[in-house]
Amino acid sequence: MYGFLIAVGTLLLLSIIWMVYRIQTLVSVVKGSDKKIASGSNKINALMFVFFLIGATILMFWYSIKEFDNYQLPIASEHGVITDQLFWVTMAVTGVVFIITHILLFWFPYKYQWKEDRVATFYPDNNKLEVLWTIVPAIVLTFLVIGGWRAWSDITAPAPENSHVVEILGYQFAWEVRYPGMDNTLGEHDYRLTSATNVSGVDFTDKNSLDDFMSPVVVIPKGEPVLFKIRARDVLHSVFAPHMRLKMDAVPGMPTRFWFTPTKTTEEMRRETGNDEFVYEIACTEICGRGHNAMRKEIRVVEPDEFRKWMSEQKPYIVNNPSLVEGLPADLKELAEITISEHK
Amino acid sequence: MATASVASHSDAAHDHHDHEHHDNFITKYIFSTDHKMIGKQFLVTGIFWAIIGGLLSLIFRLQLGFPDMSLEWLRPILGGWITPDGALDPEFYLALVTMHGTIMVFFVLTAGLSGTFSNFLIPLQIGARDMASGFMNMLSYWFFFVSGVIMFISLFIETGPAGGGWVVYPPLSALEQAIPGSGLGMTLWLIAMTFFIASSLLGGINYITTVINLRTKGMSFSRLPLTIWAFFLTAVIGLLSFPVLFSAALLLVFDRSFGTSFYLSDIYIGGEALPNTGGSPVLYQHLFWFLGHPEVYIVLLPALGITSEVIATNARKPIFGYKAMIISMLGITILSFVVWAHHMFVSGMNPFLGSIFMFLTLIIAIPSAVKVFNYLTTLWRGNLIFTPGMLFSIGLVSFFISGGLTGIFLGNSAIDIQLHDTYFVVAHFHLVMGSASFFGLMAGVYHWFPKMFGRMMDARLGYIHFWATFIGVYLVFFPMHYIGIAGFPRRYYSWTGFEFTNMYTDLNLFVSVAAILTFAAQLIFLFNFFYSMYKGRVATLNPWRSNTLEWTTPLHPQHGNWPGEIPSVYRWPYDYSKPGAAEDYIPQTVPLSATPESNLPHEQELVKLEKEIIADEEAVLVANESTNS
Ligand code: HEM
Ligand SMILES: [Cu+2]
Ligand SMILES: [Cu+2]
Repeated sequence: MYGFLIAVGTLLLLSIIWMVYRIQTLVSVVKGSDKKIASGSNKINALMFVFFLIGATILMFWYSIKEFDNYQLPIASEHGVITDQLFWVTMAVTGVVFIITHILLFWFPYKYQWKEDRVATFYPDNNKLEVLWTIVPAIVLTFLVIGGWRAWSDITAPAPENSHVVEILGYQFAWEVRYPGMDNTLGEHDYRLTSATNVSGVDFTDKNSLDDFMSPVVVIPKGEPVLFKIRARDVLHSVFAPHMRLKMDAVPGMPTRFWFTPTKTTEEMRRETGNDEFVYEIACTEICGRGHNAMRKEIRVVEPDEFRKWMSEQKPYIVNNPSLVEGLPADLKELAEITISEHK
Repeated sequence: MATASVASHSDAAHDHHDHEHHDNFITKYIFSTDHKMIGKQFLVTGIFWAIIGGLLSLIFRLQLGFPDMSLEWLRPILGGWITPDGALDPEFYLALVTMHGTIMVFFVLTAGLSGTFSNFLIPLQIGARDMASGFMNMLSYWFFFVSGVIMFISLFIETGPAGGGWVVYPPLSALEQAIPGSGLGMTLWLIAMTFFIASSLLGGINYITTVINLRTKGMSFSRLPLTIWAFFLTAVIGLLSFPVLFSAALLLVFDRSFGTSFYLSDIYIGGEALPNTGGSPVLYQHLFWFLGHPEVYIVLLPALGITSEVIATNARKPIFGYKAMIISMLGITILSFVVWAHHMFVSGMNPFLGSIFMFLTLIIAIPSAVKVFNYLTTLWRGNLIFTPGMLFSIGLVSFFISGGLTGIFLGNSAIDIQLHDTYFVVAHFHLVMGSASFFGLMAGVYHWFPKMFGRMMDARLGYIHFWATFIGVYLVFFPMHYIGIAGFPRRYYSWTGFEFTNMYTDLNLFVSVAAILTFAAQLIFLFNFFYSMYKGRVATLNPWRSNTLEWTTPLHPQHGNWPGEIPSVYRWPYDYSKPGAAEDYIPQTVPLSATPESNLPHEQELVKLEKEIIADEEAVLVANESTNS
């Protein structure tokens, strides 16, 4: 049915094109305009550029202003304020260039459209101008780059000592979140230890892993530095937390990291946006297969006190699943049992 | 060097001057070694692929714009890729995106653009009888053809074509367990690309040799049209970067088939830990983008070259800053090799490298800016004729500005953290690379159609085609900036899974409708192209009153291009509206000594030198006459 409609539509379109074509060739032969250098259409085309300029400018400003709150996501991290500022400074600079060059590009065709009695100006070069418009963009770009470079250096600098560590492991098609527990040190891992009960491949012969625990949500404190340690276990993924202005690929065989300081709790953000259901999210931005568009994880930003309370309430892997430590050597097993009993 | 080969060529031409060419259908239209026919073969094949690539994008735009629509009616073509409830299969969505990107970048804008115009124009504009090696040139087309056949077949196999994005990053592209497209589909992709690389190299070597060795008398590098400069530099970029893509692909083949670990390490997939350790997926990204970034300029430079030529001709004015244009193209050529890692700011590579590549990237913006200002100044105080070619060239400049400016955001690593792999990137590269190059291709077709087929395309249909496409492209790609800033990730089958992307359904619908209409507008072009080929108005010899050499050939140049001597060249190609001259153009073949009224002071000095050349030439002519009789 649809196929039929499309076929009919296409046929119709083609015949219209053909008819328009026939009519206008006949007309232009009668008028003799096919012999002229520039026919009446030249004027219309010249005018069209001006119309396009005006129409497009109005549309662009109208939509950009109307939609501002929709596409400008609220910022929830310290560095995000800086990168967004860079973004808008760049927008201002390039916006001015964009508008000026386009005014010239579309106004010149109107102004200098073909006239029988005019001759174009023979103006092959002017080195002063070339130098000018090499140096001015160079200077402007230098300012933009230096701003970007300083921000980038700060963002990628080593995480502060007191950062809260969270491990995020990407796999087809979900994220696994591991916390280091009270020692703030993640236990070793080995991809060969991966199993249905040990998604992150935690190595429990490392005593740092005994208090490690997983969480279905990424819970982090407001106002304190957080370090995401990022891994992947099958293909590339990429951790993207849009409100945190955070993105970093997850690479099998090569751990990556990104640290940041959240500035607003989920509650605060709910109040600010007037949306009671607001949540921070993590999405995947590196193509990874069938479920690429469904790798969702929630981030919950809470007050530091609440975070500490939450941390102390979590149960390590080995408490939830004591079979994980069954094969351990005696000394470790003892430690493990102590941990387990502490959490009972 | 150049003189010697010209002389020997003209002898050869004289030899078979009198007897007929014995071209049969096969040697004339299929296994042709005539650069003009090969150029047309590339063009028609490129158009074919553009239709396929465009249709693929319409299918996934349907998914994005109308997520709830039943695609049952596509089942006759797509079969099992339509799920039982009438939706598109998510894995097939990824395959569509991948094939769309691969086809558009390589088959349409590399082969369709460089292949068509380098082949068609280089010998005609430098004054040569053919490419340096007609046979290699023919091979170049047929390797491309085979590559296309293999890629086409991969669309129809049961596990589907490659689905890891056009960049085919491993491990996704290396592991069949990860996505079905990484099975046979990926193998075919790799084979097809190998043929494609071979084709590009054969073509590129030919273009370079021809430009260096076969220029006609007087055609110094400082008199080459900017088209030729652009094709020449494009070929150099291709020659240096495609082999790196080949090595990346080869290592991927090893990892896929022979158990090596160049790109694979610490992988647990499908309930099983793989033995590979020590490889690095990031290594692949470095190798890929070492081609990938220059590739952007491989598709863009020829378009810019064509634009320079078309704008100068139709502004009836010399291109402003001929030397500055060449220097900026040289700058772009060199810099294009040292910016690749700006695609990898958040790939996990050392952030210090990120800083370096940010600086290098923003340097490459400068020659691009210079080119834009030069185009604008060329339009200034011109006497503009809006042929369809001219319209498309002005459109190209607009896209080049719009897309180029967003590059300044993306080249800034701090800003790129948020924008990387969002629709902002999709908007950026579709404008600066996709649409700009596509418009260059269109400008070239409209402008040189009379030389290709001896007939004119219809101008008015050309205007309609231009305005529909120009407005359409902006309606399709400009809104993508907004959803990109809002953080919508690319290569997403659906956006309903997240709070932050669960909006803009109206905008996506709008974009899809605009895409369908823009695609439909291309039918006008197709009609115009094929209809005019047979029924168009017969062209005059120099319909745009242009200066370059190709317009001195007969209406239907035979193999060998000029029936008699190859004309010599006495001036640069941009003597438009020269003060004192009778006409507003002076072809390159008009000696300076014939135009004392319009010569500039420094040209007046060249006149003496020129007289000697002319004397030489007459001697050759006389000698030829006597041997012939
Ligand atoms: C009919 C016009 C076109 C439309 C509507 C269109 C639309 C799109 C869209 C929406 C995507 C992103 C899909 C996704 O990420 O899920 C895409 C990807 C892409 N397009 Fe186009 N496009 C068009 C023409 C072109 C042209 C002329 C080029 C040539 C450069 C091109 C090159 C690409 C590339 C390289 C990708 C990336 C593929 C990937 O992610 O692996 N497209 N296109
Ligand atoms: Cu993913
Ligand atoms: Cu690049």
